[in-house]
Amino acid sequence: MQPLRATRATASDPHAGTPPRRDPAPSRLSYRFHRLWLTPLYRSLLRVGIPTFLILTAAGWYFANPTNRFAIAEKAAEIRRSIETRPEFMVKLMAIEGATPVVDAAIRELLPVEFPVSSFDLDLAAMQAEVAALDVIRSVDIHIRPGGVMQINVVERVPALVWRARDRLELIDATGHRVATVTDRVARPDLPLVAGQGANLRSAEALSLIRAAEPLGARLRGLVRVGERRWDMILDRGQAILLPETNPVSALDQVLALDQAQDLLARDITHIDMRNPGRPTLRLAEPAVAELRRIRSLTLE
Amino acid sequence: MTELYQQQRAMRAMRRAAMQRGVIAVLDIGTAKIGCLVLRFDGPETFRSVDGVGSLAGQSAFRVIGAATTRSRGVRFGEIDAMQETERAIRTAVQGAQKMANTRVDHVIATFSGASPRSYGLAGSIDLAGGAVRDDDIARVLAACELPPIGEGREVLHAQPVNFALDHRSGLSDPRGQIGNRLSVDMHVLTVDANVVRNVLYCINRCDLELAGIASSAYAAGISALVEDEQELGAACIDMGGGSTGLSIFIKKHMIYADSVRLGGDHVTSDISKGLQVPWATAERIKTFYGGVYATGMDDRERIEIGGDSGDWEKDRRTVSRSELIGIMRPRVEEILEEVRDRLDAAGFEHLPSQQIVLTGGASQIPGLDGLAPKILGQQVRIGRPLRVQGLPQAATGAAFASAVGLCLFAAHPQDEWWDFDIPADSYPARSLRWAVKWFKDNW
Repeated sequence: MQPLRATRATASDPHAGTPPRRDPAPSRLSYRFHRLWLTPLYRSLLRVGIPTFLILTAAGWYFANPTNRFAIAEKAAEIRRSIETRPEFMVKLMAIEGATPVVDAAIRELLPVEFPVSSFDLDLAAMQAEVAALDVIRSVDIHIRPGGVMQINVVERVPALVWRARDRLELIDATGHRVATVTDRVARPDLPLVAGQGANLRSAEALSLIRAAEPLGARLRGLVRVGERRWDMILDRGQAILLPETNPVSALDQVLALDQAQDLLARDITHIDMRNPGRPTLRLAEPAVAELRRIRSLTLE
Repeated sequence: MTELYQQQRAMRAMRRAAMQRGVIAVLDIGTAKIGCLVLRFDGPETFRSVDGVGSLAGQSAFRVIGAATTRSRGVRFGEIDAMQETERAIRTAVQGAQKMANTRVDHVIATFSGASPRSYGLAGSIDLAGGAVRDDDIARVLAACELPPIGEGREVLHAQPVNFALDHRSGLSDPRGQIGNRLSVDMHVLTVDANVVRNVLYCINRCDLELAGIASSAYAAGISALVEDEQELGAACIDMGGGSTGLSIFIKKHMIYADSVRLGGDHVTSDISKGLQVPWATAERIKTFYGGVYATGMDDRERIEIGGDSGDWEKDRRTVSRSELIGIMRPRVEEILEEVRDRLDAAGFEHLPSQQIVLTGGASQIPGLDGLAPKILGQQVRIGRPLRVQGLPQAATGAAFASAVGLCLFAAHPQDEWWDFDIPADSYPARSLRWAVKWFKDNW
């Protein structure tokens, strides 16, 4: 319950006997300043405009001096360099995988990198493009392995054919892409030989023909692309099988079947013309023609 | 008269400009305190969604966003006495209110209670030329009122048309568009000392503020403390301030009489100070803590320590019983109320249909006044507090803020005054041309 009597004022009342308080009224100046401060324009000017202006002016004055600009660029470059050359980012050696010693040496010669080097200074994409430009390389993948190793994974092209071009002898892979140049056919006796202009463009067909000519064994000498249009299969003893433009493999199968049945290729024949598969034509050797004429001229007496 | 007319029109234009900007301050320059409220006008119904209930007496269009009050200095009897001191007090109040509102105010509507207001009832009438009453007819009839000699050095503070009559029909509030032959008007004019107004103007200008309106505090207290039916049926508002007691009589929502008694709460304090031989501040504190006008038996036993710092033990240990304090206060309060009674009698208050009297202002908070006042003023007396307005701090809702709150309402919806209508002399050529046309019509 509230007491009925009000609390008594005592002699120690703070209002009694204290010196007169300072005048609470603001001075004319502070009053005006307060009003100015409450004006939105001045307020935004003071809080945003002037600091921005001061900062921009100071920055502009500082950068107007070329020495300062140079010093800042220098400092930035120095900091950048110090970070780049930290041991975590250094590449110490190059490791090439999947390459034969010759290709390995070629790649090393192609990429003259002075180790150790910072990984920031290595342009991996350009190096990859450079290595991939080599004919012998089918695919290449360059990356920096943890531990500061530049790893180059290489897949080499596998030569599938020896192509005798107009004036040189080249190895090509199954897709017809050049792999390397050889000086001599004897360097790769294990690979079949193709010849003629445009032979490399149809290397898949050539390979399938060579697979189909398996029964001929060592008699097969090679394939000749004729007029960039069709294949001739060259056998030893100067024999040749002239294959059609379309479906050469079935035409060859036909010839092999004939050979199996009638021992065709063992005979004295120079050319088996399958250019029109519906009408195989044989060209006999000169003695055989004479013999045939002789036999035909024989009459039963 | 024309100079004043121009001045008042300029103030009205200033008020409109302030409304456009949305912020206006009201300043109550009283003898005991100076209060400043900052109002923000955001158009009607901005702060509250419309829910079918209309705006609260039209005052929801504004909101009080800053309020500050400070002890008044340099003001006596509601008039500025020491200009520099008052200017400082105004600065304190305005700065405090601005700080609370966090905005800058440039326009201020001021009120003061002193300057010995005097009421005049004016009547004027004109013959209507064209039948229907139009705007310039209103202006003409207002101009037709003969102003009595108001005395040297006095100025018109309010000039409000309170009643229009058209032929035999009286009690019209807005006769525009009605048909009649003779239009007459009753106007209430309140005049004050010109010097007081000039001092207020000077003080406010010294504070870098523009005066956007000026009102009598009795009028402002009346519009905030009287409820609507009291204003309609007839009531008197008695604003008991520190240095002067203002009274205003309302009927039909118009003020028809205002006066002020140059006695107030400060006289009670000064009586206590003299009677008990204590400093003014102590007397004021004793009055507000222990004051009253009815002594009971218990008050004889309640001793109040007066204190003092003279160093004389006997003097500093004095006590006084509450009965003695009441014995000092009561005659002065009675004197004030009797003085008010005299003024009301002089104004013919007893002829009003309803004789409600509302006591407000800081001095009306004396305990027991609601028992004492009916003995002097009549039976229908109540203690009034100002209307609640939006955003008003709790500390500023007391009876002492009646005129400040009334001024807020005045700022939002000012009563039409004489200077709100155009000077009829401007439209004189147009009128003669119309007469010529009429003459042609009648004769051809």
